[in-house]
Amino acid sequence: MDRFVFLTFDGLSRGAVYAAFALALVLIWRATRIVNFAQGAMAVATAYVGYSVSAATGSYWLGFVVAVLGGLVLGAATERVVMRFVDHSSHLNGVVVALGLVLVIQGVLGMIYGNEFRPAEAPFSREAFTVGGIALLSPFDLFVFGAVFIVVVLLAVLFTRTSVGLRMRASAFAPDVSRLLGVNVGGMLTLGWALAAAVGSLAGMLVLPTELGLHPNAMDIVFVSSFTAAVVGGLDSAVGAVAGGLIVGLLLSYVSGYLGATVAPIAVLLLLVVVLLGRPGGLFSRSAARAV
Amino acid sequence: MTALLEAQGLTVGYGAAPVLHDVDLTVAQGSITAVLGANGAGKTTLLRTLSGLLRPAAGRVVLEGQDLRGVRVEQMVRRGVAHVPEGRGVVTELTVDENLRLGGLWRRDRADTKRALDEVYGLFEPLARRRRFPGHQLSGGERQMLALGRALVGRPRLLLLDEPSLGLAPRVTAQIMALLRTLRDGTGLTVLLVEQNVRGALSVADTGVVMSLGRVVANADAAALRDDEDMRHAYLGF
Repeated sequence: MDRFVFLTFDGLSRGAVYAAFALALVLIWRATRIVNFAQGAMAVATAYVGYSVSAATGSYWLGFVVAVLGGLVLGAATERVVMRFVDHSSHLNGVVVALGLVLVIQGVLGMIYGNEFRPAEAPFSREAFTVGGIALLSPFDLFVFGAVFIVVVLLAVLFTRTSVGLRMRASAFAPDVSRLLGVNVGGMLTLGWALAAAVGSLAGMLVLPTELGLHPNAMDIVFVSSFTAAVVGGLDSAVGAVAGGLIVGLLLSYVSGYLGATVAPIAVLLLLVVVLLGRPGGLFSRSAARAV
Repeated sequence: MTALLEAQGLTVGYGAAPVLHDVDLTVAQGSITAVLGANGAGKTTLLRTLSGLLRPAAGRVVLEGQDLRGVRVEQMVRRGVAHVPEGRGVVTELTVDENLRLGGLWRRDRADTKRALDEVYGLFEPLARRRRFPGHQLSGGERQMLALGRALVGRPRLLLLDEPSLGLAPRVTAQIMALLRTLRDGTGLTVLLVEQNVRGALSVADTGVVMSLGRVVANADAAALRDDEDMRHAYLGF
């Protein structure tokens, strides 16, 4: 029972990170109908910059802020310089271009920083509090929950209560009509990418301290898990992304805990296959399963 | 007569084949001009070229003496041109209120935008009762009101309407046409109206332009088109 409680909290903590990352993917999917396969590599790149700043200045938090701001810049630049020119007639085009970006980013990171694992310190202790002998959450876990919660709330407020959010939603749902109404649709797309990449960078900074370390490929598995989470929740649903993230986090935690860590990635892929076979629209899709 | 909008020698096509051939058109300020013709005559293409969604291969569009070449679509609404596209363009995932507010987001004068919004709710009582409804829950007539209201929130000087009566009951169509007449008379709004409903359009229009296969074949007083039997037979088929 202790083990179960511990695994549950640990799973929710990881799940919160997957939820944030999945949200980043859903944001870009809803606006552009592209799955940003480069999201993991972009997050790692900004994490490298962030940790470099931390090492140079001695302040973890300065590096953290730089990483997130770096996400904003990298996301905007990626949209303006690369993704804007992708031919949208086939879904695959966006995927291929994004995968190409992954190769470039990881290659450049390897050249600049080398391919050894670098330490990625956590800003808070990772030792869990114990209540009545049962290990629950660590201060770091609480930080992760808090950060993701704040991001989700801020994004929700942005999209539903501000005019920028209204413009962004309109640009995603009906770009031509929005242009006729004076909305700068191109600008809203760039903003969407910038925000999504910033959320991805935040998720990266939250998950890297729990991984083996900083490495150009460090976010690859996180990407797969988060992508699964987004699909499970339904690519069009932000609520689904959060729910999917928590589900994947819990699944990974239980499978690792009870069956072994090597089996965990298989469990994620199995979940992806089951959802795609049974309810391809995701758990939160409005219509019944429709083969695409 | 002051010309608010002029099309001069417009030739427009999607890909290789031109859809509009050398189209000339003048829209007088404070008037309602009806563009009539069968399916495929090029009426929608004309509107889309006037609002900048399509670039002409030849010819130009002039608004109050200013050539609109190179002006981006997003800028048109700031010049006072509101285009309600084919199918109305109601954003179905947004609520009635969000759709209406979208029409005024480009404006700097927040106070007047709020006033315009209230005026639109006053004009279209069914919309006022359904502010929080998402667009996909509205009937055809309500969607037309929403699309029109959204255009009016921006206080346009020129309204480009693409088949507003499409799919609407005759009574609702008559209400829309009457509203256009009221807006012209009351605020001096200029309207360019593409319609397949010839009788409805000619009942409010000042000028009628008939198109066929991408060309203008008649451009006359609406009254003449309505009452002159020969013209009617020749160009409108009834």
